[in-house]
Amino acid sequence: MRRIRRGHVLIALFTAALCVPAAGVGSGTATGSLPTKIGKGEGSLNLIEWPAYADKSFANKFVQQTGCKIHRKDAGSSNQMVALMRTGGGGGGGQYDLVSASGDASLRLILGGDVQPVNINLIPSWKKFVSVFKSPAHNTVKGVHYGVSVQWGPNTLIYNTKRVKPAPTSWAALYSSKYKGKITVPNNPIQIADAALYLMKSKPSLGITDPYELNKSQFDAAVSLLKQQKKLLKRYWNYAADEITSIANGDVTIGATWPYQTLALQAKHVPVKEIIPREGATGWADTWMLAKKAPHPNCAYLWMKYVTTPQVEAKQAIVFGETPVNPKACPFMNKIQAGSCAKYHLNQPLSYYNRIHFWKTPVPDCGNGKKDCMDYNAWQKAWAQITG
Amino acid sequence: MGARHRLSSAFWRRPWLKAALLLTPPLAAFVLVYLAALVSLFVSSFWSVDAFTGKLIHQWTLQNFHDLLHSNGTYLRIAGRTIGIAAAVTITDAVLAFPLAYFMARLAGRRVRALLFVLVLLPLWSSYLVRIYAWQTILSHNGALNWSLNKIGLPDANLAYTNWAMWIVFSYVWLPFMIIPVFAAVERIPDSFIEASGDLGARGRRTFRSVVLPLALPGVVAGSIFTFSLTLGDFITPLLVGGNSSSFIGNVVEDFIGINGNIPFSAAFATVPVIVMAAYLLIARKLGAFEAL
Amino acid sequence: MERKTTRAALLGWTVLVVLFLWTPLAIIAVYAFNSSNIQVWPIPGWTLHWFRVAWRDPDVRSSLWLSVNVGLRATGISLLLGTMAAFAIHRFRFFGRESISFLLLLPIALPGIITGMALNSFYVFTGISFSIWTIVIGHATFCIVVVYNNVLARLRRTQTSLVEASMDLGADGWQTFRFVVWPVLSTALVAGGLLAFALSFDEVIVTTFTAGAQTTLPIFILDNLKQGQQLPIVNVVAFAVILLTIVPVAISVRLTRDTGVLRRGAATVTAAESVEITTV
Repeated sequence: MRRIRRGHVLIALFTAALCVPAAGVGSGTATGSLPTKIGKGEGSLNLIEWPAYADKSFANKFVQQTGCKIHRKDAGSSNQMVALMRTGGGGGGGQYDLVSASGDASLRLILGGDVQPVNINLIPSWKKFVSVFKSPAHNTVKGVHYGVSVQWGPNTLIYNTKRVKPAPTSWAALYSSKYKGKITVPNNPIQIADAALYLMKSKPSLGITDPYELNKSQFDAAVSLLKQQKKLLKRYWNYAADEITSIANGDVTIGATWPYQTLALQAKHVPVKEIIPREGATGWADTWMLAKKAPHPNCAYLWMKYVTTPQVEAKQAIVFGETPVNPKACPFMNKIQAGSCAKYHLNQPLSYYNRIHFWKTPVPDCGNGKKDCMDYNAWQKAWAQITG
Repeated sequence: MGARHRLSSAFWRRPWLKAALLLTPPLAAFVLVYLAALVSLFVSSFWSVDAFTGKLIHQWTLQNFHDLLHSNGTYLRIAGRTIGIAAAVTITDAVLAFPLAYFMARLAGRRVRALLFVLVLLPLWSSYLVRIYAWQTILSHNGALNWSLNKIGLPDANLAYTNWAMWIVFSYVWLPFMIIPVFAAVERIPDSFIEASGDLGARGRRTFRSVVLPLALPGVVAGSIFTFSLTLGDFITPLLVGGNSSSFIGNVVEDFIGINGNIPFSAAFATVPVIVMAAYLLIARKLGAFEAL
Repeated sequence: MERKTTRAALLGWTVLVVLFLWTPLAIIAVYAFNSSNIQVWPIPGWTLHWFRVAWRDPDVRSSLWLSVNVGLRATGISLLLGTMAAFAIHRFRFFGRESISFLLLLPIALPGIITGMALNSFYVFTGISFSIWTIVIGHATFCIVVVYNNVLARLRRTQTSLVEASMDLGADGWQTFRFVVWPVLSTALVAGGLLAFALSFDEVIVTTFTAGAQTTLPIFILDNLKQGQQLPIVNVVAFAVILLTIVPVAISVRLTRDTGVLRRGAATVTAAESVEITTV
């Protein structure tokens, strides 16, 4: 026995000596000059995407037009997207070209040096975007664009119309024991913002003004609310399918969702409805971001150019159940599905967007001169404690 | 011919040369890739990451381990849950597998035995994900289990998305890993031992306890290495059939690799299953399980 | 030996456990023909529609092909390296031999997530970008062990006296290998190779950490379980995989039974051993 252990130690030391110098790869932040025109496609395009973000119903035409064959890597969460971009030494590892990052991931990718600036002038539709999506803080830093906005959507409240009566109007439904054991919410640290949003309205004394900028006491209040909520939940959903299955099979009757799941369930004739409760809602805004080590930049630019055109924006919106950032898509949406432009709120005035609190990465800077806000690391650790 | 012969006799005279030639490629591959990876992982558990950009900071720190222990018991609870369910699954599988393996090895005829072998092995070969997913549908509110219960006049079981569901699913997916080594161990017990035990006046139960069980134990321990280790490191079953308190070590580890690419914290937590398995293996080795693998 | 009631109880238990093993697979098979795309029990109607859809799906084909490709490469590597290691460990006594045989078990004894994470961080640290080879390496780590175990078990059961006899009769190392060792070993290699291939073909935990944009069949299934839009296709693929695996499982069962020249010999050895032990 003793001899074995010594053998182990020897080998362990040997390998430690071998690999320590290999670990630790530095990376500069050299930024080349921006391209001034889009060259010929490289024949291939590797995407890290939300499921259906390069759906064949609109991507096949792109492949035919440009010859860029698409390889999709579906991500189940923002975190997975960041992780995928960081593989192989970061910057997409020389493998991925684009990532459809949401606002809770995009800034992390920019500051981590995983994405590179894009020349926004090469994407003609950009000038037509709803103004809040032209240079939003989650994808534009100091005037430098790291990608192009593509779609956005709210996080809504979904319920089974047969089992949940009366119809809910407030997020309070997810925190009350009335539906104990029948509730589901996403397994995502950004969910703390949903609790904060609810507290912003139900407990004004906490003084929350932005659900992503929480000081210690505000943060603790949100976390303790979520700890209470845990006892009421059937489960946390990790992937869209988890929620679809749980609701379709009747294990869950009410929960927080994306419009994607609602559409999928309605397509299966499950009696569900979704609302934006009176407190407002959190939301996501997604950006196609260009990986720093993108091996097929021309195809990537061609794709960014293609998906922001009104026709494609409309198609993607209907497939995924989200809202285009290009208002010119409105008539095309109505052509595919009558009234869908209004249904997805694309015809709303700017004031509408104030009700949607878009995902962003929490940082220590509270935005009011103070620097005592809880950062994303704290959010993640707290979330692990809530769900663990 | 002559050269081959000379080479052959050279090897014969210097066995160490042959041993070195045979052993170097697999060992080099193993050490340079697998062990180097393992070691670099655990070295990184003493590093940290920049909270925001997610870049690794190569500075020695015990912060990760400190965080694991000072988290209002969260991570201890998760580790306890993981190890507890892994142990429960192992015991369940041993209980389910032993009579079957015994029947296969000692009572079944050649044909029945071959058939049972196929029946046990086939589920192992069909997709692990699909088998979990099959249970997801069976246990769900309007699935086959509740349907059957209602048919015989019983109420719904409500097992979907609970730790009970995880226990069932784990026991199910890893069961063949227990049956096969136990079968091999029982098969190796010579008939004469059991006859001798009978001749010496031992009843069935005494023979079982004093002859069969001790000789089959290495097989059970070998099987338990698989069931225990596979449960310990799983993160997909909790995702697909777990409930609101079902996180495993694997889930935390996987999440933290995602978040900021926090490999150091993940690595720190991953030391728990490694230490548990190392202890388990050393005990298993004492019990002679390695010969039965 | 066993009383009648004991035999009946053992038979009953065996039947129950086999049912437990097979019911979920049967249910998946039924769902493959489900006319609804919600997995309700009992299914509302029967259809072959999803088989057509799955057959035409290019993602199903490409992921199936990738899995076969990865499986073959991983199996090839492990047959080579695993056999070499088994020979060395079996034939020679040297310092560190015990530690090496212990270490070689680690990839199957340690949870897959550890292997996956370790390789993942290794690739990240060294800047190796993901490709089919990073998946193959991940799979080979545990496939080697499977082959190694199979070959080593077979070598242990082979009488060394046969090898010595061959040498005494004037055969050189190569001839001994070709005419004495190989016939005994070949079935173990096929069985070990099949098992290695099967493990690789179904592997998902390590693969999630070592794959880039490459989608193996299990990753395809996992992605679909996550999205939930194509569950009917998953049912069909699962059903097809169950049907396809019957052949290799049957082969490996035939081969792992002791066949060929040494069957009788092995039986005699066991008997001889037991006589020896009983007399002691």
